[in-house]
Amino acid sequence: MEKSRAIVITGNGTNCEMEAAYACRLGGFDEVVIAHIAELLSGEIRLDDFHFLNLTGGFLDGDDLGSAKAQANRLKHAAVTGSGERLVVQFQRFISAGKLILGVCNGFQLMVKMGMLPGFDGDYLRQSVTLTHNDCGRFQDRWCCLQCDPASPSVFTTGITRGIYLPVRHGEGKFLCDSPETLDRIEREHLAVLKYSGPDYDRPAMEFPANPNGSINAIAGICDQTGRLMGLMPHPEAFVHYTQHPRWTREVLPEEGDGLILYKNAAEYVINNLT
Amino acid sequence: MTSRIEVALEKGIRDARGERIKREIEHVLHLEIDDVRTIDVYTVDAALSADELEQAAAGPFSDPVIQHWSIDRPLAADFDWAVEVGFRPGVTDNVGRTAREAVAYLTGRPFAEGEGVYYAVQYLLKGMLSPAEVEKIATGLLCNTLIQRYSVMTAADFVARRGFPALAPRVIGQTTAEVREINLEVSDAELMRISKDGVLALTLDEMHIIQAHYRDAGVLEDRAKTGLGSRPTDVELECLAQTWSEHCKHKIFAGTVKYEDENGNKQEIQSLFKSFIQRTTEDVREKLGEKDFCLSVFKDNAGVIRFNDTHSLVFKVETHNSPSALDPYGGALTGIVGVNRDPFGTGQGAKLIFNTDVFCFADPFYAKPLPARLLHPRRIYEGVVEGVEHGGNKSGIPTINGSLVFDERFAGKPLVFCGTAGLMPAVVNGQPGHEKSIKAGDLIVMTGGRIGKDGIHGATFSSEELNENSPVTAVQIGDPITQKRMFDFLIRARDKGLYRFITDNGAGGLSSSIGEMAGECGGCRMDLARAPLKYPGLNPWEILISEAQERMSLAVPPTQIEEFLTMAVAFGVEATVLGEFTDTGVFHILHGERTVAWLPMAFMHEGLPPMQIPAKWAPPVHPEPDFVEKQDYTDDLIQLLSTLNICSKESVVRRYDHEVQGGSVVKPFTGVDNDGPSDAAIVRPILDSFEGVVTAHGICPRYSDIDTYDMTANAIDEALRSYVAVGGSLDLVAGLDNFCWCDPVESEKTPDGAYKMAQLVRSNQALYDVCMDYNLPLISGKDSMKNDFYDGTTKISIPPTLLFSVIGKIDDARKAVTMDVKRPGDVVYLLGKTANELGASEYLALFGAIGNNVPQVYTTLAYKRYQAYHTAVNRGTVASCHDLSDGGLAVAAAESAFAGGYGMNLDLSRVVWRGDMSGRSDCTLLFSESASRHLVTVHPEKREQFEAVMGGNCFASIGVVTDDGVLSISGLNGSAVVKADLAELKEAWQKTLRVL
Repeated sequence: MEKSRAIVITGNGTNCEMEAAYACRLGGFDEVVIAHIAELLSGEIRLDDFHFLNLTGGFLDGDDLGSAKAQANRLKHAAVTGSGERLVVQFQRFISAGKLILGVCNGFQLMVKMGMLPGFDGDYLRQSVTLTHNDCGRFQDRWCCLQCDPASPSVFTTGITRGIYLPVRHGEGKFLCDSPETLDRIEREHLAVLKYSGPDYDRPAMEFPANPNGSINAIAGICDQTGRLMGLMPHPEAFVHYTQHPRWTREVLPEEGDGLILYKNAAEYVINNLT
Repeated sequence: MTSRIEVALEKGIRDARGERIKREIEHVLHLEIDDVRTIDVYTVDAALSADELEQAAAGPFSDPVIQHWSIDRPLAADFDWAVEVGFRPGVTDNVGRTAREAVAYLTGRPFAEGEGVYYAVQYLLKGMLSPAEVEKIATGLLCNTLIQRYSVMTAADFVARRGFPALAPRVIGQTTAEVREINLEVSDAELMRISKDGVLALTLDEMHIIQAHYRDAGVLEDRAKTGLGSRPTDVELECLAQTWSEHCKHKIFAGTVKYEDENGNKQEIQSLFKSFIQRTTEDVREKLGEKDFCLSVFKDNAGVIRFNDTHSLVFKVETHNSPSALDPYGGALTGIVGVNRDPFGTGQGAKLIFNTDVFCFADPFYAKPLPARLLHPRRIYEGVVEGVEHGGNKSGIPTINGSLVFDERFAGKPLVFCGTAGLMPAVVNGQPGHEKSIKAGDLIVMTGGRIGKDGIHGATFSSEELNENSPVTAVQIGDPITQKRMFDFLIRARDKGLYRFITDNGAGGLSSSIGEMAGECGGCRMDLARAPLKYPGLNPWEILISEAQERMSLAVPPTQIEEFLTMAVAFGVEATVLGEFTDTGVFHILHGERTVAWLPMAFMHEGLPPMQIPAKWAPPVHPEPDFVEKQDYTDDLIQLLSTLNICSKESVVRRYDHEVQGGSVVKPFTGVDNDGPSDAAIVRPILDSFEGVVTAHGICPRYSDIDTYDMTANAIDEALRSYVAVGGSLDLVAGLDNFCWCDPVESEKTPDGAYKMAQLVRSNQALYDVCMDYNLPLISGKDSMKNDFYDGTTKISIPPTLLFSVIGKIDDARKAVTMDVKRPGDVVYLLGKTANELGASEYLALFGAIGNNVPQVYTTLAYKRYQAYHTAVNRGTVASCHDLSDGGLAVAAAESAFAGGYGMNLDLSRVVWRGDMSGRSDCTLLFSESASRHLVTVHPEKREQFEAVMGGNCFASIGVVTDDGVLSISGLNGSAVVKADLAELKEAWQKTLRVL
């Protein structure tokens, strides 16, 4: 059988590539490659050779024009040396091949600003939602409870019964839509996979700090209609072992952290459907 | 050709930036204002078509979901005043740089020489404000006029003039490549004028040494061969000033000190650095013998110790005080991204694994008048916190440990300590990772940012006190993304063996980095005309000493240069060959064909005789406060918990990413609500291993008011006891010393120099004594010796401050201990003895007193106890542990209790006492800051095992953890002296800085 292969893109301010690659390995991928964007643009590494694309946390180009804006622009316009193919075409081919993309934090911001999420009706290049400055006006590093919608099509969250506990680490995580219709559709189609909630994971929370940024409807993560593309502000790769939990010295916790399930589900999906 | 693109938020979208400015106008400037909104302004100074401008505005510059844009048409409406703030010409403009790159991707064309994009922010103020008030808002909050420019318009003006004009802050300059020769055959007064006017910070003695060099017949003969005359060029003089600056040469630590103690005993010390710091490490290493774990100390940009068989640890802590006083944001940002380059440029290069920050400020709520040049402490606080936040977070390095220290005297100069640790492979390409070399013939390569006028005279400027004429070019703004790109490239180049030597370009710029590298092989020949410049108009001396950021200097073998340069291009990093290393013994600098500096290496590096510095110690005597014993100390405890030095710093700490890289084990906050203050930090740098790196620090400048010997001893002890508390091993732990002093050299401006120098001597004595007993080798450090403000009338000197940082290892991070109490019924122990040591305590400071009984460190007993405690941790017998520091037992007990969410019943009569019983009182037992103590809780079933391991040490069980949510402490006569709900204690502790 073909090997399951994950890729983590880095460069220009991406920071979480190492732990994202580690989470992929723990999740069960046979091969994980950390690829610098320069290696994609030079044609040395091609997206086509992978099944699972990780767009992970960081500060792409310093978030200087708004989070991930400059990288969204780069991916849309930059061409691969030699072939002359624009990188964005490789992305589109990756999506239409039924492969998986997970965007975390800055990677979620990038997906949203390129238009890959929510990606209504298969249009992955039209932006309809955004992530902007937290209501508190500050970067926040704190742990949040995330209620999971069991009816969502996301392939990443299969098996999560109530919710998961993960850290957020961002200054621009407030989720907003371009119109009430977009928000309605996201809710109606169960695309809002994860919502900030209270400690019982029973209802969305709108108040700080449970909702750390003021996101509309407490939305922390969304997926597209196929469930194969997902983005979230919290960091699943930052909680794959119990020693990463802020209270591990006082609570009895399972060996694995809550975030690992996303990578396990991705690996399982790839093995069952793509290899 | 110059267009303005404006980007504004849609109606109904919250303007978080505007809201924050509104809050600060109200809280800092005490002005009433109805509303503040903001608009982003991009001034595009490039040949773009109308269509391309629209694509830029609609694409990378704006977010279609929440923003709208315009070109050459103002968007502002419904305001009373408009203030627009942009950078001055030549100042690093990160947003402008990214915007320019985005446009180049969009059009597919690179920018032409001289073209650019410049960023500004327009603030729209609504409210009844006078012109003077708007001016105050502009200069007091929105704009730092050193680096930024601003314009103000009323709404009526704005309409009449159709908004602000499109103006590009281009640097106008021409390449003149002027080299001046300076006549040193002049009077002494004239020599000093040359030094002062040129911000050279050279003393008269040093000017005489230079004068003598240019009279030497042999020197003149050699110079003639290169076409140089008998006078030094400005390039040479500037180069010598950098190389010999206090900042680079550490003349005070290298000087000869004539020390006299309080009994009249005299001693001559040849170099404090060699006699104490270096000797500490040598003697500790000898004592450790086969267990010595030091790999590279003092000789490189950072110290290197062993971590395990495959990896080594690198650590460095720096200060960036003077620039942070002038431009808190830019200075502090530069501080953190600057110290990142030290471990990165150590050995063959290291991956960066964590940052630490310690800031010393005056009270942010300070309400008294300040000298004109000084920024308000709140503004410094805001700027420094934000600068380090941006530098650390954007670089993807977790900030895992730090503190904020407050004292009114830090109004004169804030202290901004930034530390960075790295991890390097023990072996890189077959050679030890911590070693590197240069061979004559290797090429001089500079990578990263371009050179501008930023940071010129940074090294000489920080070697002087802050005054009204401090130069504006001394300030730089860091650019973490350019640096990150460079690191991404260089770490891969390291693994491919594409360079032989790497070092940082920091203070002194190329003059310093290439000067030091040339020392490795015995010379260099470098052409400044090849250096990439941000803009034309720099003279050769400016190119040589510019401290423009984000640059590394490398030695690349000619055989590897092609691959190195090709790879740099692919990674979007600028790399330039500037010349080659030689073995001629000469630092030879050209500009094109012309020699502009010719300095023998021996003269540059060894031409300076040691300074002679007097030091005389006279112990100060402070009035001893006379306290009446109280029945109840609950109110005092609540007040203490709210003091700036003790209160929660959570509002700052949560702004720093402390978990990126995924190895976080002990975070800054812990406990049932994730808000109890951890003593130290632990990270796992290798994710599939449970070996952890532990770091902690100690700092107690208040104790310097009594004796810097004890200040130093307590700082070292605080660092080690915090490190030990979480489970750090005593078999592998090293120290770093960062001295921040006020000028200790006696002069007209510093009549008490001999006392301040004696304080420095005593601090060094303690450093040796305590580190020897604690087996702590010093692996790196730094000194900053001119932390004074003087404007001719007012002088503010900081209290002598030592930051002592430790780095070490925990073999199994799963055994780490945190400070929160874990469950009711656990036994509470106090390890170590308590004495009548309220001198310079936070408790006395509450009443404006200092006292005299400063805590004494008994190293032998403490070290034995720390070892036993570590065994207890390894055996899993410890439930929680908190170190006792500011505020003593009462504060530590309150913190552990509310962090864990359980109460405590403690009995002061069971505390082990040291010394004269007459000083033993409820007050001293509660608040004395005696050193080397830990508050530990143990599950009842582990009690026997814990006590057996701790046997033979001073400790006592003093109470129990309860489930009633109350801290209750009974006094010596049996009645309660403290009784308070945890919620009340926690609120007192959290409220002080919550809003900042």
